[in-house]
Amino acid sequence: MRQFKLLAVLMSSALLLGACSSAVKLDDESNRAKVEDRSADTRTVSTVTTASADPLSDPQGVLAKRSVYFDLDSYTVKEEYNALVDAHAKFLGKNTSRKIIIQGNTDERGGREYNLALGQKRAEAVRKAMSLLGVSEAQIEAVSFGKEKPKATGSDEAAWSENRRADIVY
Amino acid sequence: MKIASLFRTLASIALFFASIAFSPAYAQLRVEISGVGESQIPIAIASFADESVAPQQVTAIIKADLARSGMFKLVDSNTVLSESSTINYKEWRARGVDALAVGSVQRQPDGRINVRYRLLDVGKSAELSGFALADHPNNVRLTAHRIADDIYQKLTGVRGIFATRIAYVTKAGNGYRLEVADADGEGTRVALRSKEPIISPSWSPDGTKVAYVSFEARKPVVYVQNLVTSSRKVIANYKGSNSAPSWSPDGSKLAIALSRDGLTQVYMVNADGSGLRRLTDNQNINTEPRFSADGQSIYFTSDRSGGPQIYRMGLDGSSVQRVTFGGSYNISPRASPDGKLLAFISRRDGGFHLYTLDLSNGQELRLSDSARDESPSFSPNSKYIMFATESGRRGALSVVSVDGRAKHRLTTHAGDIREPTWGPFMK
Repeated sequence: MRQFKLLAVLMSSALLLGACSSAVKLDDESNRAKVEDRSADTRTVSTVTTASADPLSDPQGVLAKRSVYFDLDSYTVKEEYNALVDAHAKFLGKNTSRKIIIQGNTDERGGREYNLALGQKRAEAVRKAMSLLGVSEAQIEAVSFGKEKPKATGSDEAAWSENRRADIVY
Repeated sequence: MKIASLFRTLASIALFFASIAFSPAYAQLRVEISGVGESQIPIAIASFADESVAPQQVTAIIKADLARSGMFKLVDSNTVLSESSTINYKEWRARGVDALAVGSVQRQPDGRINVRYRLLDVGKSAELSGFALADHPNNVRLTAHRIADDIYQKLTGVRGIFATRIAYVTKAGNGYRLEVADADGEGTRVALRSKEPIISPSWSPDGTKVAYVSFEARKPVVYVQNLVTSSRKVIANYKGSNSAPSWSPDGSKLAIALSRDGLTQVYMVNADGSGLRRLTDNQNINTEPRFSADGQSIYFTSDRSGGPQIYRMGLDGSSVQRVTFGGSYNISPRASPDGKLLAFISRRDGGFHLYTLDLSNGQELRLSDSARDESPSFSPNSKYIMFATESGRRGALSVVSVDGRAKHRLTTHAGDIREPTWGPFMK
């Protein structure tokens, strides 16, 4: 008899508790749902991303690439860089107050003054390509560093090809 | 006795401190001789009497100069002989000596150091030369060099270059320096300090100015700097690159290379930067202009035939003639002051080597066995060429006699040294 009563108490407590919590749960859920629904229109914050004011500072943009690389003994802009040249030329066309310096470089082999002239030839090739696309002379200066300011040190083809390069600098 | 030697000790300590007060702040270049001339004149330099009264020891300086020239076999002599000593010619002849130098050093009451010197012909038992030079204690090295010049000139017939100076560029860490030193690498002075490269320094014919290319403005610009006053003038900063300054022998003009019209071309300008005139005008690179010894033509590097070769033209750019024909890459022409030779750098067998061209018969002579030679520069007596090369993995300067035999190297203890230019004879 007593065991049965105990069991009944236990079971009914459990049921009560279960019923309580679920009741509370249900209430909360519906209350919560109601709260959210009620504020959905007025308290949401959605993000707006503005377009960058200066396309030059966009690391993903077409203007992020600033270097044209050259093959050994070559001073013409390869086809693969046409898009780069084009993008900068377009930007300069739209922004006539912007100016660039094109810095030409060579690898470390050979005399300093002759390499200065070869680096100049590379800078000039990029300058000419832009000029043909309508960029005014006043916006570009082509200079050379020859072999004086290598980006890659070392005497192997990897370093040499990194240094056969013209950089566009705003 | 004891007090006398104490005074002597104190005096030499005082002298020692006096000498460091005047010595330059930077470490000297290290000299290494690696080759001597074909035939050497046997000579003995006696220890000059009382030379310790001077801050520098003249005997050692004279010996080092003559040894570096490669023209002399120095016979050991620790004998002290002054200009008034009795000379035992027979004994010197027995030692195989052709000439003997003797002398003495005095400190004058006015503080100047007076060096007396005599050069004796041992075979003839007669005096060949002699003089006395009094100068500020700071100039003892110069006095010793002048004596060495006199010995060299009396015995070889050619004017000596021991009293001349050199200029060069050093690169250490992120800094560049244009330095001036004596021809033996001593007495270094800094003329220009920069965080950006300096190239192509060139002495004015009167030795008071150096023209050079500096990248401090983030592009190459030609400057002329007065070494005495340290004042600088921009000679060329046109649109594009400005470089390769070269003085006319009379010091009135500079030939330079400018890219203001697209590709690099040779121009002429007055020494103050006025009066710009273009000399070359074609679709190729023309650069590295250098006046001939008589100032009537200009040598230059051009790739108009496909690769870089050396050409000569008149002062108005006319009468262009090709000068180099060996190999496919010849650059950096330098005319010897006596008009006989052209030094240049040629790429052969994959390396860049110093060559000379005999202008009278077109004969080429390779002068170095190193493979990364650059920037040759003749001594003012036309007998030696200084050039940049690599020693180990660092830039060093090499000096070679024009017959290729006498050689020595100048290295700096830290960093690279490059772009040498040999200064002129000065009073």
